Amino acid sequence: MYGNDFPGEDPPGGLLGEVEAAEAALRAAAERGRGAIEPSEDLAAYFAEVVAADQKIEPRDWMPEAYRRTLIRQIAQHAHSEIIGMQPEGNWISRAPSLKRKAILLAKVQDEAGHGLYLYAAAETLGVSRDELVDLLLNGRQKYSSIFNYPTLSWADVGAIGWLVDGAAIVNQVPLCRCSYGPYARAMIRVCKEESFHQRQGYEILHTLAHGTPAQKAMAQESVDRWWYPSLAMFGPPDGDSTHSAQSMAWKIKRFSNDELRQRFVDMCVGQAEVLGLHIPDPELRWNEERQAYDFTQPDYDELMRVIKGNGPCNRQRMEHRRRAHSEGAWVREAAAAYAAKRAEKEKVAA
Amino acid sequence: MSQQHTPLWEVFVRARRGLAHTHVGSLHAPDAELALRNARDLYTRRQEGVSIWVVPASAITASSPDEKDSFFDPAADKVYRHPTFYEVPEGVAHL
Repeated sequence: MYGNDFPGEDPPGGLLGEVEAAEAALRAAAERGRGAIEPSEDLAAYFAEVVAADQKIEPRDWMPEAYRRTLIRQIAQHAHSEIIGMQPEGNWISRAPSLKRKAILLAKVQDEAGHGLYLYAAAETLGVSRDELVDLLLNGRQKYSSIFNYPTLSWADVGAIGWLVDGAAIVNQVPLCRCSYGPYARAMIRVCKEESFHQRQGYEILHTLAHGTPAQKAMAQESVDRWWYPSLAMFGPPDGDSTHSAQSMAWKIKRFSNDELRQRFVDMCVGQAEVLGLHIPDPELRWNEERQAYDFTQPDYDELMRVIKGNGPCNRQRMEHRRRAHSEGAWVREAAAAYAAKRAEKEKVAA
Repeated sequence: MSQQHTPLWEVFVRARRGLAHTHVGSLHAPDAELALRNARDLYTRRQEGVSIWVVPASAITASSPDEKDSFFDPAADKVYRHPTFYEVPEGVAHL
């Protein structure tokens, strides 16, 4: 079940198939005819018509100011999340159990930096600079996903983050490949293709641990126990309390509600947990024949609000680390700029 | 801060020999050499390309969407530039 174009039909190949379907839909929509309104006649009507036809709004098109602001906020928070998200896993690079695992984890953390940069670049097309956005993060005026305020206490957490946290992120992000804003949609297609490696490497780590010694299996289970509910909370507050949802759905920035995506994630995880031989820590989890979906216990939304407000286990540590890394990198940026200026000067003299 | 004015570069990647360079995104770098290295790390981590161009974003001149109609107007009424405009008589081959 994916996207409005394919009701009740599951594209083959799981998540990657869905990303490819989104990519194909992007191309098909661009070639489809649209109504006859031209931008010169009525800007707002033209915008509405492009969105209604599932075509993309591009940087230099007219757009409502609130649409621009909503996108900047959402893309920037997404970018910040990728950058802060390097920390919990970075914590295990030097202690990975083998050279192979270490090389993989390094590549994964490097990908997160790359995702952050794709997204900052997409945000910049809306007329804001990356430096402004970085400043907003560093002085706490823009947020990042609350999931990264939880600590990584064991090696199994690297597996649980890949399986559950990246898994939830993918469920959230695959619909964004169909977002009405072109640069964001294109960045998300790229991100989702790479995320699929992240999720599988996490699943493999847990699978190896769960089929290892009893102590390794216990470590994997303990990790899943800790990450399950925070992962469910990644989809945001329940639909009734979600402030930005209705307008974002109308603009096709967002395609599904928080609760729909959360349900989809739970339904996906049950079978995957069975293959792992691990237990999802929810006594209420059972198949509902009538709904054709699993009933499950909601995460603690009061806890989510506490973490968002800055009082999670690692909020202060994450921000301190980011500020320190930024200020300790200042000399590198200055040196590179000075070198570039000197070279430009020399070329001018030579010319 | 010196970083406030790090220039923006647009990145174009040739995926394989025989294909044209395609725009893949943008990045910040103080000079062309670093822009190229950053582009390699950012846009070709999975062998996505065999050649990269980086172009200062400030060097690109774009047509304006505001004058979209008038700018592309000359092409709008020249359907005879497409082969489908012409009727081919029955039985004519190799045309």
